Amino acid sequence: MKTTVRSLKEKTKTINTTGSLAVIDALLSEKADTIFGYPGGAIMPIYDALYDFKDKLNHILVRHEQGAIHAAQGYARVSGKTGVVFATSGPGATNLVTGLADAMIDSTPLVCITGQVFAHLLGTDAFQETDIINITTPITKWNYQVTDAKEIPEAIAKAFFIAKSGRPGPVLIDITKNAQLQLFDYIGYRPCIHVRSYRAKPNVRIAYIEKAAVIINQAKKPFVIFGQGVLLGNAEKEFQAFIEKAGLPAAWTIMGMSAIPTDHPLGVGMLGMHGNYGPNYLTNECDVLIAVGMRFDDRVTGRLDKYAKQSQIIHMDIDPAEIDKNIQTTVPVWGDCKETLPLLTHLLDKKIHREWFNEFEIKREKETTVVIQKELHPTEGGLTMGEVINILNELTGGDAVIVTDVGQHQMVTCRYAKQNKTRSNITSGGLGTMGYALPAAIGAKFGAPERQVIAIMGDGGAQMNIQELGTIMQFQPNVKILILNNSFLGMVRQWQELFHEKRYSFTDIQSPNFVQVAKGYKIDGRQVSKREDLRESLKQMLDHPSAFLLEVAVIHEDNVFPMVMQGKGVAEIILSKEEI
Amino acid sequence: MKQEYTLTIYTENQVGLINKIAIMFSRRKISLESLNTSPSEIEKIYRFTIVVKETETVVKNLVRQIEKIVDVFKVYCNTNDEIIWQQMALYKVPTAIIMKEVKVERLLREYGAKAVVIQEDYTVFEATGQDEEVNNLLQELDKFGLIEFVRSSRIAIIKSSEGIHKKVLDMEKNDPTKQPINNEFLNHKSVIFEM
Ligand SMILES: Cc1ncc(C[n+]2csc(CCOP(=O)(O)OP(=O)(O)O)c2C)c(N)n1
Repeated sequence: MKTTVRSLKEKTKTINTTGSLAVIDALLSEKADTIFGYPGGAIMPIYDALYDFKDKLNHILVRHEQGAIHAAQGYARVSGKTGVVFATSGPGATNLVTGLADAMIDSTPLVCITGQVFAHLLGTDAFQETDIINITTPITKWNYQVTDAKEIPEAIAKAFFIAKSGRPGPVLIDITKNAQLQLFDYIGYRPCIHVRSYRAKPNVRIAYIEKAAVIINQAKKPFVIFGQGVLLGNAEKEFQAFIEKAGLPAAWTIMGMSAIPTDHPLGVGMLGMHGNYGPNYLTNECDVLIAVGMRFDDRVTGRLDKYAKQSQIIHMDIDPAEIDKNIQTTVPVWGDCKETLPLLTHLLDKKIHREWFNEFEIKREKETTVVIQKELHPTEGGLTMGEVINILNELTGGDAVIVTDVGQHQMVTCRYAKQNKTRSNITSGGLGTMGYALPAAIGAKFGAPERQVIAIMGDGGAQMNIQELGTIMQFQPNVKILILNNSFLGMVRQWQELFHEKRYSFTDIQSPNFVQVAKGYKIDGRQVSKREDLRESLKQMLDHPSAFLLEVAVIHEDNVFPMVMQGKGVAEIILSKEEI
Repeated sequence: MKQEYTLTIYTENQVGLINKIAIMFSRRKISLESLNTSPSEIEKIYRFTIVVKETETVVKNLVRQIEKIVDVFKVYCNTNDEIIWQQMALYKVPTAIIMKEVKVERLLREYGAKAVVIQEDYTVFEATGQDEEVNNLLQELDKFGLIEFVRSSRIAIIKSSEGIHKKVLDMEKNDPTKQPINNEFLNHKSVIFEM
């Protein structure tokens, strides 16, 4: 079978082949190297075809389809390639739903291939039949059901093109079993470069770039806020050149983190509900706000009618639907920032906004005194999450890929982690999916085998996809698992403490002995609770030749600050609970 | 201010498009005043005509989201003064009354309605027009024992549009980025939703 497909390519004649083999050939032609998946009845023909290509396509058998799709997300986020997922019909397909929603809102390129019942059974409530197309329509960039093998090459080609081009996103192709088994005349795979009804990106309009340049050149207090668009556009260098030429202070959203090194001199920190004090506060003092590849999420803007009202707004985005969606722009700069940024930079005056930059420094000092110092360098009491991250920074030097779950540890990690390299911050930003970190870290390790990958999670999230330890046992990705255990669903507990009179309604979560659980999966581990053991245990984790689980017992009732409370403006950011 | 907007959506003729478009509205709790699907001047390209009552901001965002659907070519959004629009209505009334009441016949002439079917027991009239005409006739016929009434969704022709031919040709060219794309929505209201 293998040779048939190869010879087919050489001769470009049609050959009689199965739909399943056409699927495999499409993946190979797209240079996919890794598939995250789980077999089942309706996708068995594809798995059967895969059997002959085990040397070319590395299939990672996860323990739950949600694990497969989060792994594919981690793979895609770290590598910039499109993640590939296989799942069967019915429950296999529905288990992808959370990951699709996550990938959709975080613009992660994925191609998910699901098996489906025989075409003649569609609509009959057949065994493991689910209308996955209609279920996933709002959470995919595109989806399509194939009922005839002849459609397979084109459908998959379109899927890869749509997933990766423009603003990326997940695509789902549902293939009925008859189409997988069907023999048809295959003329070979042709990648898709154009879909006539689809425009990946809008054209660049020089007039707007010129207008933006004039505004930036006149600005006294310009402020850049950037998101994942910079990473997705591979425009890190262009972006850096842009801020450096005009001396623009720049803050990242959680999704934009690591597009510039976290210690870049012009980097002023993270935006958002638990972001840094300066960038949040000074959003309402700048005179020109330049948003690059970000979408003014409500966790970033806080209350909209109190957001940057004093400022002119330049919004650079590849997705026209983002312009004016939440924030009215002065100048929209549509287009791929890889193209628009250099054009804009070219028109900018060289500048240093020393005084303005100084305001960020002052705010930074205040935040350090009130929050950061005691979070990173506590001398007594229980361990803080911040000090764990701080030591981790010292040990990794900021070179690791950091994958976080959702909750307090996520906010603390993203606030304090040092990241030197691009695509180092993998987290579920838009959807806030607990259970994301462990599978995403597995995927990230396959996407960047040469990099140290550390999954950081809470005791709650660690239990949400804990079955993926089995995947680590079987496929041996060298991922480091760091559980910051506060014996609570910490972030929810924090809100209960601050806004619900400490009524801790079902946030006291019990955990198994994580180290023992890991041992059960043949993964080494250790538990640490004393400050004097912390550094050495983190070092042991990092130096361990294979996967390692480290559970750190941290303070039970600690809070993440600063905080822009719900319904408040960004300038109303508070540094401690006394300010509530 | 909320007002009527007519959206004209050109799509690939493909199963599932109606759902893909409909969920754009339901997700935002925007109700459709009317929805019509039909072929367009080009084979295999479908035309949806949707009427919503919303503010300009809401509609503008909605239109951009709909344009993002991969199988959607183009969305036009127009206010009522920018379009020629019609809808059709059918009215079923008892034939006996029609025979007796000369007034009815006069009424029908007045509203440009015509008989589609005349049976012994009932007669079906058809009228085409805008809301007001169709509704007025409805009220009138109601007095004569109207049995059944149905009104179609709106269909509309955009006064300034050149149709979809040129757009499709543009989009069919292999390098879509070569095509100029208007984004001067800030200044030009009539092409506000051009992309
Ligand atoms: C799947 C899912 N369910 C529920 C939530 C709501 N939620 C957000 S943070 C959080 C607590 C997380 O607790 P834990 O994993 O222990 O992390 P911590 O906040 O303590 O660091 C919860 C329940 C969520 N984000 N995702």
